[in-house]
Amino acid sequence: MDVLLDNLDVYWRGLVTTVGLFVVSGIGSLVLGTLVAGLRVSPVPILRSFGSLYVTVLRNTPLTLVLFFFAFAYPRLELVEFSFFTLACIGLTLYTAAFVCEVVRSGINTVPVGQAEAARALGFTFTQTLGQIVLPQAVRSVVPPMTNIQIALLKNTTIASGFAVFQLGSVYSVLSERGYNVLVGLLWVALFFVVLVVPLTLLQRRLDATWGASR
Amino acid sequence: MKRSRMLVAAALAAALALAGCGQEGAPGAEGSGYQPTVAENVTVEGSPTFETIQQRGRVVVGVKDDQPGLGFRDATTGEFSGFDVDIARMVAGGLGFAPEQIDYRVVPSAAREDVLERGEVDYYVGTYTINDRRKERVGFAGPYYVAGQGLLVRADDNEITGPQTLQGRTVCSVTGSTPIQRVRDQNLTTSIVEFQTYTQCVDQLINNQVDAVTTDDAILLGYASQNAEQLKVVGETFSDEPYGVGVPLADTAFRNKVNDLLQAAIDDGTWQTIYDGTLGRSGTPATPPAIDRY
Repeated sequence: MDVLLDNLDVYWRGLVTTVGLFVVSGIGSLVLGTLVAGLRVSPVPILRSFGSLYVTVLRNTPLTLVLFFFAFAYPRLELVEFSFFTLACIGLTLYTAAFVCEVVRSGINTVPVGQAEAARALGFTFTQTLGQIVLPQAVRSVVPPMTNIQIALLKNTTIASGFAVFQLGSVYSVLSERGYNVLVGLLWVALFFVVLVVPLTLLQRRLDATWGASR
Repeated sequence: MKRSRMLVAAALAAALALAGCGQEGAPGAEGSGYQPTVAENVTVEGSPTFETIQQRGRVVVGVKDDQPGLGFRDATTGEFSGFDVDIARMVAGGLGFAPEQIDYRVVPSAAREDVLERGEVDYYVGTYTINDRRKERVGFAGPYYVAGQGLLVRADDNEITGPQTLQGRTVCSVTGSTPIQRVRDQNLTTSIVEFQTYTQCVDQLINNQVDAVTTDDAILLGYASQNAEQLKVVGETFSDEPYGVGVPLADTAFRNKVNDLLQAAIDDGTWQTIYDGTLGRSGTPATPPAIDRY
């Protein structure tokens, strides 16, 4: 308990940044991933291949490498200057979006093709068909896998420790420097993560109950 | 199929390029030329650590491998070199073991107390600052060197001259380290960047992403001496960092033995030889500190 109470400042700083990374990257990846999923089912071949390329590259690159790129290589390109926090958010967003895209796409595949055809027959454009007919139905089946991806993202934020973003994953460095028991310190970090994941799990159940029932 | 193979090739090329980018101007760490004298028939009364060493027939030393001039491993030859490494060799020699009988274990800062407590290393030499909190978990022989917090800046930067000139500039150090805590506590600047290694910080400094790297001047001098046209160490040091040899907490006999060896090296000029062959190459002179037997 002492380890936690003596270092509340460090834990608090870590927690705030972790939640910040998660919220920004979570929302970012949901939006971007859905857009890329849209590309992958679009009628335009070049957009489809761009979507596939994006997913293939990002899904097959270790996250550490993605963040490494943004922390060490991107600044050398001297394009737009971002803070390391922003760079980490961009990395996490791009990486997670690839997984979100695949989940959304699998959700789209669960919608009977007749739905889209009926929409087309009624004169809906592709965007309208996707946005008003297909996606709302697809969402229902993707809640559990999407929650998993977001939980994975939450835990992936700790990788940013190595790239100049101080969050829960960095806490142990300070503890060891201050001479506290690092193992106990890490157990508290693990507990923090449990506390952060529980609301996500509850949210998943809630959404499952409301949407799943109308099947 | 073909396209995916090209992707893999492109990804590999990118990975290799990235892996190489932190290594620009990797220091050509030459040996200091120091050869320790190996003592004969050494006994250390009542020291479990020494008993373990004798039974094993080898010494296991905890070191750093990423601090040029202090504890550094040459990536190509695998050879360790530097001031701390030579001190470790001197101690091993005093215990009756030649440099060939030393196994080096690279231990990250965060794990130093743990490996000493678990007995995974016999002793640890690697910019290990003595402080009271750590004394609760490990023993310290020494100090064998007193460093102080300094600042490393780009050679063409004349605005940063010391700790009071950091306002509004970006300072980099290792995550959670004492120097960066001090910058925070003294409100020297609000713009702080923390990486896992000093090498990464120095990399960002050269790339203009940060304006100063702060840590013990000994470490900074190591970097500056390798890249003098781009980097320089500025200002007076603003702390005292006494470096000690970490030993297991309960083994007072072993701690005293290491203290004796350090004292002997200071008295007979070996310490100066080691310093001159390593950190002394930066042109900064040093005198040995007084051993503190607590």
